[in-house]
Formats: sequence, structure tokens, C-alpha cells
Amino acid sequence: MEKFEKITGLVAPMDRSNVDTDAIIPKQFLKSIQRSGFGPNLFDEWRYLDHGEPGMDNSTRPLNPDFVLNQPRYQGAGILLARENFGCGSSREHAPWALLDYGFRVIIAPGYADIFFNNCFKNGILPIVLDASIVDELFQAVAANEGYSLTVDLETQTITTPNGNSIAFEVEMFRKHCLLNGLDDIGLTLQHMDDIRAYEARRTQETPWLFNP
Amino acid sequence: MAGKTLYDKLWDAHVVRRQEDGTCLLYVDRHLVHEVTSPQAFEGLRLAGRKPWRVAANLATPDHNVPTTPPENGGRAQGITDPVARLQVETLDNNCDEFGIAEFKMDDIRQGIVHVISPEQGATLPGMTLVCGDSHTSTHGALGALAHGIGTSEVEHVLATQCLIQRKSKNMLVSIDGAVGPGVTAKDIVLAIIGEIGTAGGTGYAIEFGGEGIRDLSIEGRMTVCNMAIEGGARAGMVAVDQKTIDYVKGRPYAPTDEQWDAAVAAWRELHSDDDAQFDHTVRINGADIQPQVTWGTSPEMVVPVDGRVPDPAQQNDAVKADGMRAALKYMGLEANTPINTISIDKAFIGSCTNSRIEDLRAAATVAKGRKVADSVKLAMVVPGSGLVKAQAEKEGLDKIFIDAGFEWREPGCSMCLAMNADKLEPGERCASTSNRNFEGRQGQGGRTHLVSPAMAAAAAVAGHFVDVREF
Repeated sequence: MEKFEKITGLVAPMDRSNVDTDAIIPKQFLKSIQRSGFGPNLFDEWRYLDHGEPGMDNSTRPLNPDFVLNQPRYQGAGILLARENFGCGSSREHAPWALLDYGFRVIIAPGYADIFFNNCFKNGILPIVLDASIVDELFQAVAANEGYSLTVDLETQTITTPNGNSIAFEVEMFRKHCLLNGLDDIGLTLQHMDDIRAYEARRTQETPWLFNP
Repeated sequence: MAGKTLYDKLWDAHVVRRQEDGTCLLYVDRHLVHEVTSPQAFEGLRLAGRKPWRVAANLATPDHNVPTTPPENGGRAQGITDPVARLQVETLDNNCDEFGIAEFKMDDIRQGIVHVISPEQGATLPGMTLVCGDSHTSTHGALGALAHGIGTSEVEHVLATQCLIQRKSKNMLVSIDGAVGPGVTAKDIVLAIIGEIGTAGGTGYAIEFGGEGIRDLSIEGRMTVCNMAIEGGARAGMVAVDQKTIDYVKGRPYAPTDEQWDAAVAAWRELHSDDDAQFDHTVRINGADIQPQVTWGTSPEMVVPVDGRVPDPAQQNDAVKADGMRAALKYMGLEANTPINTISIDKAFIGSCTNSRIEDLRAAATVAKGRKVADSVKLAMVVPGSGLVKAQAEKEGLDKIFIDAGFEWREPGCSMCLAMNADKLEPGERCASTSNRNFEGRQGQGGRTHLVSPAMAAAAAVAGHFVDVREF
């Protein structure tokens, strides 16, 4: 996983609540057995005017000019500004894979669905939770200022606005540690192999029915 | 010190290790695997030169991509025609063969939707932690287990370590006080709950469902309720163990036997919240107030009783919510204030991990018996949750009832719940569906989904529009 340190990125607004993972990456693209290449199909049903299927040449498909990410001013965005309950629904990790592949390393929203939130951290995406009122102000600032960018510093847990204002955010200590260092969870867990074995030995005595071959 | 909730007990029994900041290593007793969210995890294992930590903890089946067309129309004997989908199922088969993981392959009578087959086999047991790369894993909490969905990185983590890195959720109790009325099912109960708490109401919580309205339900009904905990934002839903739970598990292939059984039952009887347990949040709903439910919008929280009307965004004070309602009405092709029972349907789908068990099929067949699907309905399909559910239904003659009424009787799989296989809605088509999500495009791009119970779906198929099954 790529380390997350300090990122400055253009902000794109996704102004609707309850954006589900079916919308982020529709089911037909879940047939892939790869982890990469989902970016061109991020928000596929909103982004294109035709019906997308795996294997299509996305560069020749008709774009929906009304969809926010198709607007010239948001090209190259690296930070997604979103509303309440972003990433609800299906547990598909293809959703963060698609966001990352498109170029988003940061999402800012008042809240996320639990599984999506967790999946983001596993892929080097930082999902930041801010008060709904602050998110609202950011939506207004983005709308009013073309090229609106933010700088996100994970180490100091601050977002810096173009006029130098600083917004603090919370992040769990362990998740921050993993993200800053690009750590592989599995490697970390396997450092505690002896604890797992000891647990299994105890539980095999206490609840043998859970360990039948 | 206050007593423990059911969730506290399940959590505490599975903590391998706790870090200073509260992050825990949680042991996983059962891991279910399907074709869509596992290939990248197996590939990760291979690249790192790792092996599954405890092979016997895993159980796999293909379900999302499998064709459900009956044998006379080609059927699955011909295999999967979509090459991308076929490769995904073959990849699961190869991965399970390579790592020695038990798999019910597509031609096995035990194949079916993961959340149907695991309880059916007794592979889901009370007191377990159970995970799967699928958000509807909350289903298994119906048996007094701690069960939730995970992403593919966590699938790989569980395969490699038999553990998850987790922080404990908060405790929520949703109590259905008093019995529900006749004709009101588990599906109506859970839709009413989501309507009450909202689609993010359970975020950060594990929900225990309790009260008379839940205790009265069969285990299959409790599975329907827990299945949709995730639609209320909670990764895990659960119900305390009672005699029904124990009776349900007894004699199933993976269930303990002999002395192990007696010891297990003694332990399982402790799997309930203590009388003095503290919940962080409690929601009480009067069972008698719950009516048969129909969703009208593009989020499961957009739900009203069948005798209600499509809500009016003009009456909604919250601007973001009102915008969401307008977008939903536009997508659904509905006008505010339309009576629900005047909305016509094009298709009906009875199936999914929410409602494809034998009791669901019986409920739908009771409505369909001796009636005909309306001429205006293009397709009404029944997709059993597993090969064994299908066989049981055929033994009871339910297949004949459905076929005589004009329903299609299909092979088991996820089917039109998420339309990864050939079963899907065309743009603009409206469906009465027993599945769990009415998101935009969920059942096919431009498709319009109304979530209902199996009896309500069957009644809508016959009437051609939504009807109150209690008056049908």
C-alpha cells in the first residue's frame, strides 16, 4: 500500500447523500478478477450516457455533460467532497479501488457506511469525517471558486484551505499509523501468531465444536 | 458493573489481543467465500507465498454470477455463457481446489446463496464469529452469531490469519414490542425498522433485535430481519438464542453431535443479553403498528405502508433530504401523493438472501395458488436460495403452484437481486422484489425496484399492481 503523507488536491463535489457502492462501481464490473483498472468505470451509470460493460473502450463512450466529474473544472480532482452515509450498501472493495484508480486519495464527508470506511483505509484512501456544517461550507467554497484545492496533512491531522484556514480532523491512531507507513495489515497480524495459536488452543478446549475438521 | 449484551459476550469471547488504543485482533470461526469478492484475495495470498491459516474454517460456493435459467431453456448444464463471469466462477473453483477449501460447486445440490446455504448446512452456529466478503453476512446473526460483511483486503486477512483487526461497535437494541398483526412478515418488520431509524441509523452499531415481535419469528424470519441490518447501516444484526435456535441447528450436517452437542447447547443458552445489560441506544416499535411495507424510492429507508401514498418532498423540511426525495421520485417515475396500491409493476422477483428460503416460497405459493400472474406483468420469477430449498419446494409441490400461476421456476443463485447474471430489469421497468436494495440500477440500469415481502410480491404479480396481501 502506498504511504499517505501530505496531499494537495483539487476538490470535486458529489452533492447527494447516501451514495451507494452500486453507484460508485456498478455490478457488471465486479466480474473482474483484478484489483486495478476500475477508474474508467467509476460512477459509470451517472458518468456515461450509454450502458457500460466490461471490455468496452471507455474513451469513445458518450459522456453525460451534467455529471459533475465530467465538468472541465473538476478534471484531475484528487479529493472528493461528499454527503452523509457515503459508500453505503454492498461491501465491494471495488468501490475504493475505483476511486483510487480514478485518482482520489481523500474523501471528505459528514459520515460513511462502516464497511466502505474500513475498505478505504486498506487501500491508502483517507476518508475524513467533518461536521455537516463544515462540509456544507466546503461545498459552497468549491462552487464559488474554480480550482478550489485543499491540502490534507495526515501527520498533523489538518486540512488547509486556499486562504490558509486550518480544519482539524480525527483519525484512529492505529489506522493513521498504518496509512502513514503504508503498512500491510497481514504482516502486522502475523507478528502475533503466537497469540492466535494460544487463543485457538484455549478455545479448542472450551468450544471444541467450533474446531471440527 | 452492568451486565453484558449479546454482542458484548460474542465480542469478548473472540478477542485474541487488544491494543492500547482499543483496536483488537478478533478471531473468526467461520469464513464464507464466493466468487466475486475472493479472487483478488487468493491472488494476494499467492503473491505473498501464504496459505490459509485454518482451511476447515472456510466454506465456498458460487452464487452471484450463476445462471438461474431452468434446464429446458438450456440451463446451467451448458455452463455460464458470459466469458467474464465464467472465468470468475472457474477462478473460485481453482482457488478452492488449490488451497483445499470445501466448495459447493455449481452442479452440487448444496450450492446456493452463501447466506442461505451456511445456516442450512449448520455451518453457521450460535456463538460463532462469521464473516464473508458480502454485506448481507449480517443474516447469520439470526442464530446468535456475530456476523458481518468485509471487503476483499479483509477476506485475504482472514484467509491468512483467521483474524480481523477490529474496533468494537456500540450496542443498539431494536425491540418490536408486542406481536405483529396477521399478514405482517419479517420483511415488513425490518423495512419498518429501517424506515424508522434510517439507512445510516445503525452506522457504528451492532444491532440486537428483540421483543415479542422478533421472538415470535421463526429462525428463517429472523434471518430476513438480520439480513437487512446493513440496510439500516449496522454491519451486524443479531437475535438471542432460544429453543427455536437450538431446534433449528440440531441434526444439520455441520452441527455438533453427541457429547459435543450437549456441551454446545449448554453454552448457547447463555447467548442472550443480561437483564441489566446497557445499550447505547434503544429503539422501540409497537408490533401492532407495523403494516405490510412497500419501498417507493431508491434507498431502503424510503418506505411506506401499502395503504399509504408516495411522500411529498414539499413536506420535507430538510433541504438535502428533500433533494434526495425529488431525485428518487424522478428515477422511479413516480408522482408525490400517488397511492401505493395504484402503482403497476412489470416484473416480480421472489428470491435473494433476504427471502429465498422455504418459508418464503411457501408464503408466496399460498398467495399464488389457483391464481394467474396478470397479463400486464412481463415476468414473474421465483429463484430458490439453494438447491436443497428448491428440492424441498418441489417435494411440497410449490414449483407446480408457481408454474401453474405463470411464474418461472428457476435454479438457485443471487439472480436479479443484483443482476450480475442474465436476470435483470430493462430501463424503466418496475419490479416488485423480495430483495434488499432498491438503489438506482441495482436490478439493471434504469430499473425501478420496490422492496416487499414474498407474499406481497406474489400478490402484486397476480394483481399487476401493489395490493394489501391481507385483503387479497
